[in-house]
Amino acid sequence: MPDASISLLVNGAPVSVAPGTTVAAAILMSGPRARVSVTGEPRAPLCGMGICFECRATINGFAHKRSCQVLCEPGMDVRTA
Amino acid sequence: MSEDWDVVVAGAGIVGAACAHECASRGLRTAIVEAGEIGGGATAAGMGHIVVLDDSPAQLALTSYSQGLWRELSSRLPAGAEYESCGTLWVASDDEEMEEVHRKRALYATVGIASEVLDSHALAEAEPHLSPALAGALLVPSDGVLYPPCAAEYLVRDAVRLGAKLYSQFKVVSAGDGLVRLNDGTELRAPRIINALGSEAVTLLPDLPIRKRKGHLVITDRYPGFVHHQLVELGYLKSAHSIATDSVAFNIQPRKTGQVLLGSSRQFGAEDSTVDYSMVAAMIDRARVFMPEIGTLSAIRIWTGFRAATPDKLPLIGPWQDDPTLFLAAGHEGLGITTSLGTAKVLVDYLVDGETQIPIDPYLPARFVRSEAHA
Repeated sequence: MPDASISLLVNGAPVSVAPGTTVAAAILMSGPRARVSVTGEPRAPLCGMGICFECRATINGFAHKRSCQVLCEPGMDVRTA
Repeated sequence: MSEDWDVVVAGAGIVGAACAHECASRGLRTAIVEAGEIGGGATAAGMGHIVVLDDSPAQLALTSYSQGLWRELSSRLPAGAEYESCGTLWVASDDEEMEEVHRKRALYATVGIASEVLDSHALAEAEPHLSPALAGALLVPSDGVLYPPCAAEYLVRDAVRLGAKLYSQFKVVSAGDGLVRLNDGTELRAPRIINALGSEAVTLLPDLPIRKRKGHLVITDRYPGFVHHQLVELGYLKSAHSIATDSVAFNIQPRKTGQVLLGSSRQFGAEDSTVDYSMVAAMIDRARVFMPEIGTLSAIRIWTGFRAATPDKLPLIGPWQDDPTLFLAAGHEGLGITTSLGTAKVLVDYLVDGETQIPIDPYLPARFVRSEAHA
């Protein structure tokens, strides 16, 4: 069992993850709520390699970050809507 | 097959669309011929900034006239045309450019365009993401933005509603002496033929003084509220004037979607539509001088287009040389979206009753024939 030593917030809820975990993984661990498209459809991380843009989230106030390409850091604030 | 019309318009870019709409509105039996998509050329590539510009008195006359026509038309445009009266902020970097702001305000007032001088504090309040080091700006509230291909589509569809006929996916192979030949052999006869083919106008008239001037644009993902007005650096005119070299200028636009459209570049002699990343990098570097945080936004598309540039930066509107049936509405460089409506009014007024709301003389194509004869 990897050491879940990094704590961050996903939509305001605390999540603890192991070092090296992507933000996309942390979003999935935090529950079903990922991005919602402009027409109101639910979206979720798909390709996991920065191509499909479906995993976009606001990370530390910066919108449209591809969460599968960003590693979790202590105290990060991640928002999917 | 042969058909008779009062007017045949070649080209359904924004200028051809506006001309066909104006002709049909006056009850003229109008045909419009488009080889590709309506508004699919430079019309689709440009920013869609409806802007009053004062590069020359004639440019000021045509842009201010046209801006008013867009405001009149705006309530009839479909939602997809995304018309928004967001205004332009002409951004001044230093005190010298603030003098230009005051000069511009006074000049615009002479043609009935109200504007407001913002000091650096007011500018920072209006656009918080701009650099605090800027000196101020001129706000022209009556300028706007729109999505040009949808506006062109509306103008063509409304012309058709008024009785015009669209020849879609037909190429004009020749035009002159009252006859337009299409690629399938169809002959359209008309006492007035309008060449509104933009930078392609030269394919029918190789002697036209029109050159392609390449531009790049970048559009970002959605960042609602990042920018509120169309922002243009006052130095824009300096770079737009520079004919010898490639140039970039800070020019940024809010879209209704929350997306940010970033320009602009100008290049002569670049006929290849490939994105030139050194130009894009120069555009972004220039933008970061004015708006440091622009670098944190995510760009989703970059594209290029070709402006139809004339030597004196004014369009060609009116009869062409010796053929009394042939007229031009082309060569609008970076202002074709703005000046399309004014161009159409001026040209059709000229054709129908010879009297125009603003003088047509500065735009008459004959100015180049004359200057060559005296050279």
